[in-house]
Amino acid sequence: MRRRLAGFLPLLVIWIPLLISVAHVVGFTAWTTWLSFTPSDLLPEYDWAGLRSYRAVLRTENTAIAYANLLVYGVGYVGLTMIVGFVLAVLIDQRIRAENLLRTIYLYPLAVSFVVTGTVWSWLFNPGQGIQKFVNNLGWTGFRFDWIIDRDFALYTIIIAAVWHGVGFAMALFLAGLRSIDSDLHKAAQIDGAGPLRFYLRIAAPGVAPIAISVLVILLQYAIKTFDLVRALTGGGPGISTTLPALVVYDFMFQRGQLGRGSAAAVLLLLSLLVVLLPYYLYVHWRARRERTNG
Amino acid sequence: MDKALRPGRWLIYAILFGFALFTLLPLIVIVLNSFRTAVEIGRSSLIGWPAGLAWRNWTEAWGHFCIAQRCEGIRPYMENSFMMVVPATILSTALGAIAGYSISLWRFRGDTIVFAIVVMGVFLPEQMKLIPWALVLRELDLTNTIGALVLIHTVQGFSFTTLFCRNYYIGIPQDLVKAARVDGAGYFRTFWRIVLPLSPPIIIVTVIWQFTGIWNEFLFGVTFTTGEQQPVTAALIAIATTPQTDVVEYGIESAAVLLAAIPTLLVYFFGGRYFLRGLTAGAVK
Repeated sequence: MRRRLAGFLPLLVIWIPLLISVAHVVGFTAWTTWLSFTPSDLLPEYDWAGLRSYRAVLRTENTAIAYANLLVYGVGYVGLTMIVGFVLAVLIDQRIRAENLLRTIYLYPLAVSFVVTGTVWSWLFNPGQGIQKFVNNLGWTGFRFDWIIDRDFALYTIIIAAVWHGVGFAMALFLAGLRSIDSDLHKAAQIDGAGPLRFYLRIAAPGVAPIAISVLVILLQYAIKTFDLVRALTGGGPGISTTLPALVVYDFMFQRGQLGRGSAAAVLLLLSLLVVLLPYYLYVHWRARRERTNG
Repeated sequence: MDKALRPGRWLIYAILFGFALFTLLPLIVIVLNSFRTAVEIGRSSLIGWPAGLAWRNWTEAWGHFCIAQRCEGIRPYMENSFMMVVPATILSTALGAIAGYSISLWRFRGDTIVFAIVVMGVFLPEQMKLIPWALVLRELDLTNTIGALVLIHTVQGFSFTTLFCRNYYIGIPQDLVKAARVDGAGYFRTFWRIVLPLSPPIIIVTVIWQFTGIWNEFLFGVTFTTGEQQPVTAALIAIATTPQTDVVEYGIESAAVLLAAIPTLLVYFFGGRYFLRGLTAGAVK
């Protein structure tokens, strides 16, 4: 009896958590996808309604604005974060003093929640109390910095706050990449008379390319999932000028109580994530295979 | 090449420290504001040096400030967050360590495919899980409880912790485990005697990441709890939307925001080395 228990218990310990996790990943995805094809309103229903919810979601102005915003925000946030992160990594790599101090400073925003980030930046961007008021008080009374209340510019405040949060992450990964480049390559480049600029363009940049792709994918999926930051910084406003796909899902599900449409919006969010993740997955496999054949 | 860059060395430092200042600006601003009175801030701006030390901001923020008609400060919400984050971190880390060990070292039929599906949970947007969780929580009679958040973060965190631990354990020589099995050590004994003693680095990394992630999480907190049950991130958003009498109490709010940020900042400053290790381990692979 004890023996059988001893053989049985590990099976339970191995499988119960794994099965719950698998059920949660596969089951919840299937559940929400199913709901997106039903006429569910305030309560879930399970009749087939075809693409009705999708048509409704795609017709609303919110969705159009959210995806247009995602494009601008995604390019701005990911692009700036990577460029600034890379430049900082290269500069830190110049055997400078105070490297540890600087790295600690750059990376601390990563420990700060998006809610706190958004709240504090919303104060700084507030023209009546923040940076604009500060500069006005200094004597430059004509200075204007009121992007956060401007429909055409509010999205850029979200980019600034998101870049503030993410640069340290990009810098840390790029720096790890630069440091992993063989020091012999460094020396060889020096002997060849290659200047630092040529070294970074010709040798270091291609060397960190795989890391750059990882950083790109991680930041892109953060961009697509962005929710808290906007809630805390602009609440999606002024109007709906800074709404993003993740906010549209929440709006359908919990503000309007339209579960079918909310689910459809969530599935669209997942699909846009797959647009980023599937090519990455294929790339990783391709690279692994190439490494294996090249031995 | 050091030499080649020397003429521009002051420029390098200027850029690096300039950006460091930009990074520190929000932190400096709220630390200073947490010691300034609302009147003082109203007269100048949110950026300024405190005239005195308004400690009252901190006591108000901690225990008296009104958040959504409840005037007990941020303390009850901080307690909620702790009640949520401690069990969820411990549970998800323990389960992830065991699962990581099973998948990478013990091996069983179907381990690769199960691992692939579990890891998908890392990327799946929370929005895909909101309605199913709401319905499951109702069935379990956990609606609007901190227990619900513990459950959600344990299940959700399991994907991350399993990924972290599996990637670490895969580096342990399989022969060690095989030798133990030949000696008659079972599943638990092998884990306890061989795997666990090698685990402190990855367990520290995992605990730090789970703690930070769960403490900072907002969407589940705001969706599945209301009022008194909310974690601190949801309470901060509630502060911003709580109607206030005449002046916005920026001083008190700054103290409240800092209080909410301090636990993860402390973890970062004391465990920074491990923080970075998790980062590179998770992303470079």
